[in-house]
Amino acid sequence: MQRSFPVSSGLSAAAERQDDARFAFGFRLFLANSYQLPATGYPGMTRSTMTFRRYLVLGVITVTASCGDTFLARGMKTLGPVSLGHPAELIRAVFSPWVASGIVLLIGFFASYLTALSWADLTYVLPASSLGYVIMTLLARFWLHEHVSPLRWLGVVFITAGVGFVTRGPSYTDHEAQLVPAAEKSLTTPEEIRP
Amino acid sequence: MTQPHAILATTAMIASVVLTATAGDILTASAMRQVGDLDRIRDRSGIFGAAVAVLTSSRFGPGVVCLALSFFSLLFAFSHRDLSLIGPAATSLTFVTNALAAKFFLKENVDRRRWTAAIFVCIGVALLAF
Repeated sequence: MQRSFPVSSGLSAAAERQDDARFAFGFRLFLANSYQLPATGYPGMTRSTMTFRRYLVLGVITVTASCGDTFLARGMKTLGPVSLGHPAELIRAVFSPWVASGIVLLIGFFASYLTALSWADLTYVLPASSLGYVIMTLLARFWLHEHVSPLRWLGVVFITAGVGFVTRGPSYTDHEAQLVPAAEKSLTTPEEIRP
Repeated sequence: MTQPHAILATTAMIASVVLTATAGDILTASAMRQVGDLDRIRDRSGIFGAAVAVLTSSRFGPGVVCLALSFFSLLFAFSHRDLSLIGPAATSLTFVTNALAAKFFLKENVDRRRWTAAIFVCIGVALLAF
């Protein structure tokens, strides 16, 4: 261990190494036993619960939400305006291929959204899955060849930045964290922590 | 209809969409927190066990009702005002109200990073209207 202060301790090199080892041992013992650090966090603390599979679930939310909405809109445009005086037309609309596909996608969206909310905060899931707006803008520009104004591109930049911010942070606020002292969890006896 | 009345009606329509959507999101998120990690429940009791755990949660039903109300108030707003006004305004405001409600009702740790993300996405969605 290298200590940075320039004052000489007045000890030989071997004695200094032994002194350093004692210092390291004492410091680690202090951290392990005296400080009583919680092993799994404290209530209100955020932690990451994300795995590769869970990022995929966020991706599924993004894609199914934007595609489901697009399919519904496409189906309703094909059918034309539905008046409130003829509710049977709405039931007929449900069985048209575009609307039915849109509903299936939105059921998939809701199932993955609920799954995500069971292991991540709402304030994490909502911004993290908002890339769907970007996908829709990119589809409008490159697939449907629509004109996308500079302000819309700026909107895409803002959304992407927002998604970037939130996904780099912790995903879950721990309300039920167990206050287990670190000493009980891992480092307990001097033999276990001796260098 | 006079101009101030029209502005008031538009504001009321947007507010009803935003409030019902926020209530729905908060109630469903609270229900899922009550249920716990669905991945673990599915491993233990299968997909039907997970579905039963969600459907029997006391806050799930009211959450879905609020989300349905939000959907119908959005449809109602679309039938009276332009899609390009109601859509981005309601969606972007919901990001901010959700962040506020999650902080106070769900006790989520909405730190500076999450506020920045919510406000950036809110501005971004609003800009998509132009």
